[in-house]
Amino acid sequence: MATVALSSIAKSFGPTRVLGGVDLDIADGEFLTLVGPSGCGKSTMIRIIAGLEHQDSGSVAIGGQGVDHLRPHERRVAMVFQSYALYPHMSVRQNIALPLTMSRLRLWQRLPLLRQLSPGRREAMRAIQADVAAVAAQLQLEQLLDRKPAQLSGGQRQRVALGRAMVRSPDVFLMDEPLSNLDAKLRVHMRTELAELHKRLGATFVYVTHDQVEAMTMSDRVAMMDSGMILQLGTPSQLYEKPASLKVAQFIGSPAINLLPATVAAGGRLELFGRPLALSVAPEAGQAVTLGVRPEALALVQGEPGGTGSAWFSARLRRKENLGSEYILHFELAGRDASGVSMRVSPAIAASVSEAAELALGFDEAACHVFDAQGQRIEPRGQGSATASVVPLRA
Amino acid sequence: MSGAPLPAQAVTPAHSVLRRFVSMALVHGVLVAGAIFMLAPFVWMLVTSIKPPAEIFSGEIALWPKRFYGVENYSLAMEKAPLLRFALNGVIICVGILAVQLLVAIPCAYALAKLRFPGRNLLFVLILLGLCIPVQVPAMPLYIALAHLGVLNTYFSMMVPFFLSVFAIFLFRQFFRSFPDDIINAARLDGMSEFEIVWRIVTPSAWPAIAAFSVFSAVAHWNDLYWPLIVISDAKLAPPPLGMMFFADAESGSNYGALTAAATILTAPLVIAFLIARRRFIDGITMTGVK
Repeated sequence: MATVALSSIAKSFGPTRVLGGVDLDIADGEFLTLVGPSGCGKSTMIRIIAGLEHQDSGSVAIGGQGVDHLRPHERRVAMVFQSYALYPHMSVRQNIALPLTMSRLRLWQRLPLLRQLSPGRREAMRAIQADVAAVAAQLQLEQLLDRKPAQLSGGQRQRVALGRAMVRSPDVFLMDEPLSNLDAKLRVHMRTELAELHKRLGATFVYVTHDQVEAMTMSDRVAMMDSGMILQLGTPSQLYEKPASLKVAQFIGSPAINLLPATVAAGGRLELFGRPLALSVAPEAGQAVTLGVRPEALALVQGEPGGTGSAWFSARLRRKENLGSEYILHFELAGRDASGVSMRVSPAIAASVSEAAELALGFDEAACHVFDAQGQRIEPRGQGSATASVVPLRA
Repeated sequence: MSGAPLPAQAVTPAHSVLRRFVSMALVHGVLVAGAIFMLAPFVWMLVTSIKPPAEIFSGEIALWPKRFYGVENYSLAMEKAPLLRFALNGVIICVGILAVQLLVAIPCAYALAKLRFPGRNLLFVLILLGLCIPVQVPAMPLYIALAHLGVLNTYFSMMVPFFLSVFAIFLFRQFFRSFPDDIINAARLDGMSEFEIVWRIVTPSAWPAIAAFSVFSAVAHWNDLYWPLIVISDAKLAPPPLGMMFFADAESGSNYGALTAAATILTAPLVIAFLIARRRFIDGITMTGVK
């Protein structure tokens, strides 16, 4: 069990700056996820923790000890790779046993001819086999121990890779997109399994993914990265409910957050498509801001829209997407300087509207996020003065 | 009205079967012609080795002798020439060269394919340049050096110029490049040294390439006449082609029946070895070529 502390880690590959001075403190036993679009530096970061890459500057400490001078296997970390990285010519048993044979047997005890002669090897091998069997039992791999990786399914290979990581009982588990090669159903299953494994082992997990669902569902905390920087670090609900920037808001949540262009009128009052909102911002926010509204924060306005202070806009329904338990309605904002809008509704509401209809969409100003021209979150002033005046009607 | 003509039923089942047959026949015809061209000398060697001298020099072409003379030819060849000695020399040289080539080339290729160090690309360019130098170019300096060391007329002198095979380094480097980095990184995390990674992780996956290279190497050095001719004068050390030359000069003169019998005996091990390793060989060639 160990903490992981990264301080001002920077890394460039040639002229490309991959990490620009990242600080990150991971608590003992925490499940921390690094999430971000591909190329954001999250994989490089985990590889620096593992010691597979060397940072240009900054330092890594595991369990309070600096590990910059240590080679990968001396850092007491284990890694699970996206491609599983099993040794193709070895059986499952040999794959799982390998980290132990490397750490417990001396060089001459591993050499092909000498090993039969070396004393103590048999006992050590017996202990190793017992440990392998224990791990295999935990992961339900007993039946597969004598197979080669090529004879296993994706999910089984995944479990073997986990077993190879677990058998060393490392302080820190590093996982580089471990679920990306699995099919959707298995991925959902393995999410639960990984979360349970984390709970059972109590070790520190650092998990890299580009899938925000994995980040949201498994982690204690999520670090959202982009262009070699951490944009926001917080619990999944903090990232969802209070995104620090436009990029975080766009990345977290599915379907993605709806972005609407708002203008700042006199006194800092926001206007959406010419209609005033019950939101105002400090004058230094500039002339134009972006309003972020989650798909579930939108509602169809029934009856006549436009009561005092009501936040609404009209849009044309382009497509209904049936997810079974709910519908996603996709709207287009004809003639307006904004991309489409999506909205999460119950099947009953979806049944009540028809495609190509022009509908009024209302939202609660308290539930929307405001971002300035640089994409940074700003807290609007005077919220609540008129927000309660519109209660979106939902069937 | 039915003015629009229906599309003619151009491709009937019978038609397409015929077309398939014709194209298959064409392809196979070309391949068979090539195979005959390649195999004819071997067949001729085999046929000659079982013919009596009178038939060898008769004007007609016959694929089977009128009088079977194989026993006489083969026993004469075995009796007069130390064929087993030549074959043993060939085996010693081929195995020795191949072993050192693999020992050297595999780590080199791994370093060039997977390790990052300054000058790596320059080294690789030098290796490519090395591929362009024929063995005849350094023959003279090598001979002088070996003569000064006093090791002419030894197995070592026959093997030493071929210990470092740039072709092997090139071939294995291409093969190793497609080996997943993640597996190497996993091995590093599991505590393996780079040497152990090379021999325990990467090499076992490279069997197709190793088999392919082994065939190239063994064929080249089993059949090599040029270099042994330069450094060997003792018939006891002669590899098969040089032995054949000594035999042809000294014993048989113009006894082509015995000569071809000897040649058959000396070619057989290679052909058999290739037939056994054929699948691996083809895999190795295709796998290093693509990807």
